[in-house]
Amino acid sequence: MKPSILAFCAALGTVVAAAAPLSAVQDQAKAAPSQQSKNSASASAPSPDVKDEGERVFEQNCARCHNAPSGFSPRIAGTIVRHMRVRANLSHHDEEVLLQFFNQ
Amino acid sequence: MLDIVWLMEPLRFIPPSASRLVGWLLLMSAGLSAGICAKAQDTPLLSGTAGFVTNTTGGKTSYIPVFAPLAAVPLGEHVLVESRAAIIESFAPDANGYSHSHFVALTYLQGDYIATSHLTVVAGSFLLPFNVYNERLTPTWIGNFQDEPLMEPLGLMSAGIGLGGQLRGSVVSHPKVSFDYAVWYSARSANSQFKADRSFGGRGSFYFPEQRLEVGASYGRRMQGTHENFAGAHLWWQSKDAGFRFRSEVARGQHAYGYWIEADSRPFAFGNLDSFAGRIEPVFRMQQTFRIDNLASDGLPSANTQRADFGLDYNLPHNTRILTSYSRQFSSTGNVNIWETGIVYRFLFPAWKGHQK
Repeated sequence: MKPSILAFCAALGTVVAAAAPLSAVQDQAKAAPSQQSKNSASASAPSPDVKDEGERVFEQNCARCHNAPSGFSPRIAGTIVRHMRVRANLSHHDEEVLLQFFNQ
Repeated sequence: MLDIVWLMEPLRFIPPSASRLVGWLLLMSAGLSAGICAKAQDTPLLSGTAGFVTNTTGGKTSYIPVFAPLAAVPLGEHVLVESRAAIIESFAPDANGYSHSHFVALTYLQGDYIATSHLTVVAGSFLLPFNVYNERLTPTWIGNFQDEPLMEPLGLMSAGIGLGGQLRGSVVSHPKVSFDYAVWYSARSANSQFKADRSFGGRGSFYFPEQRLEVGASYGRRMQGTHENFAGAHLWWQSKDAGFRFRSEVARGQHAYGYWIEADSRPFAFGNLDSFAGRIEPVFRMQQTFRIDNLASDGLPSANTQRADFGLDYNLPHNTRILTSYSRQFSSTGNVNIWETGIVYRFLFPAWKGHQK
C-alpha cells in the first residue's frame, strides 16, 4: 500500500509539472479539420461564432477521450458526427455545429 | 488482463469460429450497400485498430497481434448501424515453448435511431453504459494502457455487452452545464445451454464545460440467479489550457468493490503537439480492488489487490501510437511485475468513393 501511494504522488507530481499552460489543446482540435478543409465538400463558410462553438464542442466532447485523428475524408464527416452524437450523447445543436466545424 | 482479452469476453463460452467473422463481414456489407444512396457527407466509414502488443507478466512474455475493425453506416436521416469486431492471435509461452490461439469476436452490433433531439433508441448488442470506461476507452487506439482497470468487470454483468435495448440522449446542453443519460435492459445469453442473463441499469452524467469537469453515477442490477446490485461513479477533469487529463471511476458490488484513477499529459512546454516533445504522453494509473467475499465469480482478483501503472506513450504521425508501461501489482496472492509494449495504428476512411457535392 505505502509504496503504491508514494509512487502515485511522485508520478502525479511529474505529470502535473509537465503540463505547462498553453493553448496547444486548441491546436490539436484544429488539426484534423484544417487538414481536411482543403478538399472539403462543403461550400459554405461558417461564421466565426459557429467556428468557435464547433471548436468548443470538439474539445469538450471528442478530445476529452481521444486525440484528434490526423485528417479524414470530408465524405465521412457526417457519419463521424452522427456516431459521436450517439456515443457522446451530443445534442442536436452540438451535432450541427460540430459538422460545420469539420467543414471549415 | 489485457484489454484485448476483455474484447474476447463475449466469446467466453462460444468456440471461436471464422464463420462468425464471415457473418459479420456479410452483414456489414449488406449495411454498406444499403447506404449507397447516402448524402455527400454521410458515406459509410470503416475504422478501427491494427496493432501488435506484448505482455510480460512474471517473466513470461505473450505476443499478440490484434485487428479490431469498426463499421458505421448511416441510413436516412435518423438511423446509424455500427459494429465493432476483434480478431486476435495470441502466442503465449507454455511447457513446450509457445502455444498459439486465435479469437474472432463480435464486440457489438447495434442500430441507433435518433428519435428526437433528446432521445436515441439503441437496439441490438451494445456496450453496457455502466460508468464510462467500457464505452469510451476500450478501443485499443484510445486507451492509454493495454490493460483494463482491475475493477472494470464490476457492473458490466461479466461480459460488458448487453443484448436488448437502450435509451440515451442529452437532456440539456448549456454552456454552463450539460446532463446526459443512458438506460438499458439486456437479456443476453452467451451460451444456448444457459438462460438469458437479464439485467438493467443506467447512467447519468453532469458536465460543466467551463470547468471541464464531468461527474456521473451509474446503477446496474443483475436479475438472473442471485440478484445483485451494482453502483458506480465517475469523475473526469481536463485542464483548459494544458493537455492534462484526469479520469477516475469507482464501483461497488455486493461481493467486491474498487476504484481506479488515471492521469495523462502532453507536455507542451517544449513545442506544439506535432513537436518531438509534444508527442510524448506520460500516463499513470493507480487502482485498488477490495474483496468482500468470494461467493461470486465477478472477474475481480480473489484477494485485495493494489496496482500502480506507469506508462509512456508516443503519438506518431498518421494515427499511430506506441504504448509502453510498467506495472507493479501487490496482493496477498503474490506480487508481480507487468511490462507491456505495443504499437497501434488507427485507420479511418470511407467505405467507398461516395457522392461529391
